[in-house]
Amino acid sequence: MIELASLTKRYGDKTAVDDLTFTVRPGIVTGFLGPNGAGKSTTMRMILGLDHPTAGRVRIDGKRYEQLKDPLTYIGALLDAKAVHGGRSAFNHLLCLAQSNGIPQARVAEVLDTVGLTAVARKKAKGFSLGMGQRLGIAGALLGDPRILMFDEPVNGLDPEGIHWIRNLMKSLAAQGRTVFVSSHLMSEMALTADHLVVIGQGRLLADTSMADFIRTNSRSYVRVRSPQRERLLDVLHGAGITVVETGAGALEVEGGKAEPIGELAAQNGIVLHELSIQQASLEEAFMQLTAESVEYHAHADSPPVPLAWGSGWDKGA
Amino acid sequence: MSTHQPPLQQAAPAAPEWQAAPGGSYPGYVSPIPVVRTHLGHAITSEWTKIRSVRSTIWTLGVFVLLVIGIGLLAGAVVSNSASSPDDLSGSNALSLGFFGLLLGSMCIITLGVLTTASEYGTGMIRTTMVACPSRARVLAAKAIVFFAVAFVITLAASAFVAMTQVSMLNDVARTPTGGEWLKGTVGVSLYIALLGLLSLIIGSIIRHSAGAITIMIGAVLAPLVIALFMFSSSLEKVRNALFEYSIPNQLSVFYSNSLSDSGPSGWDPLWIILGVTAVAFAGAYALLEKRDV
Repeated sequence: MIELASLTKRYGDKTAVDDLTFTVRPGIVTGFLGPNGAGKSTTMRMILGLDHPTAGRVRIDGKRYEQLKDPLTYIGALLDAKAVHGGRSAFNHLLCLAQSNGIPQARVAEVLDTVGLTAVARKKAKGFSLGMGQRLGIAGALLGDPRILMFDEPVNGLDPEGIHWIRNLMKSLAAQGRTVFVSSHLMSEMALTADHLVVIGQGRLLADTSMADFIRTNSRSYVRVRSPQRERLLDVLHGAGITVVETGAGALEVEGGKAEPIGELAAQNGIVLHELSIQQASLEEAFMQLTAESVEYHAHADSPPVPLAWGSGWDKGA
Repeated sequence: MSTHQPPLQQAAPAAPEWQAAPGGSYPGYVSPIPVVRTHLGHAITSEWTKIRSVRSTIWTLGVFVLLVIGIGLLAGAVVSNSASSPDDLSGSNALSLGFFGLLLGSMCIITLGVLTTASEYGTGMIRTTMVACPSRARVLAAKAIVFFAVAFVITLAASAFVAMTQVSMLNDVARTPTGGEWLKGTVGVSLYIALLGLLSLIIGSIIRHSAGAITIMIGAVLAPLVIALFMFSSSLEKVRNALFEYSIPNQLSVFYSNSLSDSGPSGWDPLWIILGVTAVAFAGAYALLEKRDV
């Protein structure tokens, strides 16, 4: 169990983490979601005692991180795949971690096997791909067989097989009664793994809810209708007591409705339909709406300037 | 994307089914791995694995041994060929020929010392290290102990080998060193070089940048001597002498009783000086380590 209370971190006048209060509970996978630069990694570093909070506190099963005498057997963390000395072999990297926590050396071979790196155990870490580095980081997190696991963007750089593996790994770790806390900026990824969801944006808590609740609230279905006889269709639908919303592209949307009654109504009234389809708003859209105001870095939606034809500026004279 | 979303409802922070068990007990998974209460010994074992498992250790120490032994033997050979009587060496003993190799070799020890701490910041390994061992004092102490032991043992072996070879090569032309001179010329210089390396390790921890820390340390070794060389003005005489006397190369030569000047540190003084500087730097590095974010 990880408990955060009014956790705040400021760098100069920039607030990276702003008064965060939430609890990560055992037995489930808790997803930690936010756009890039939302403060997820800073929060995780504070949980691990790497960064000092400006205000507030973090407790791991009631203790401060510094009070843990054998931290790796308590909490295992994958921070970023590159937190490794490239000149050291995977085996020696894990061995020095095991030794610092009095973990038997046999565990090194075990976790290398778990993450599938046994074949490259004696190879230097700098030759590893991003996915292999990620697996080595996960091996380090699992080394002490800890009751709490924290993964910062674990699927980054993994191939589909690796993503599938890490999903199942996290679920099985949680099923054993462990606390699993995993950060991501991908809602779709979280929807498949997390049981509980903590969403932050610009360091502030935006949502702390169970995944089921989040889906129930946010997965919205509607029927989209397009017709050349738009005005008539509107009259008919209004007449039948169906609420219609007009959208920009000449289409009509009927909230939560079924497609069949609309099609039948159109047929009875001889209205031509060009489209009649059921649409599902994705969780990704719900997440983007939730964090829209707090996105730190965003690209401009409008199209890039059209390049002028070659030589078109010549007559203007330089 | 649709244009009309219902406002997102933020659920109450704690849904009842996830409420913690009362009474401050923390349920969850219990590992079959025995829990060990870790101490400094664990950190030292870990740091030993780290220092022996990277190529830079082998390289720096290999070059160090080559320089010390190579230059030492070369100096011995040159002197034994050209000198014919004890007068040519103005009464000094053969041990002092070890100075040149050690002065050059100290650059390798400085590099290794800096890399022991600063490379962890360069690679990001420091975060892994500090997560595994949250006591920052323990991490710094373990690194210091392991590095100092390695540097001392290697320097002692190399300098003792060179000393014995040189003494036997110059048996007829040089004065036989006394027991005290033997001690200073082997154990003394080895302690001094290892402390110089330890100071580099501490500077590496403070600067957190390999190239920067190495530059500072090499500057600290060479700059005073070079600056003093160009102080011609007689009004700067005192400053110049102090720079000469307390420059690291001159302090190193004190161990061979052939200092550049008659005043200044003598006997075992250089060892006490660097011990004091290193202790102060260690305290500073520790304070910074506790205060800063990793």
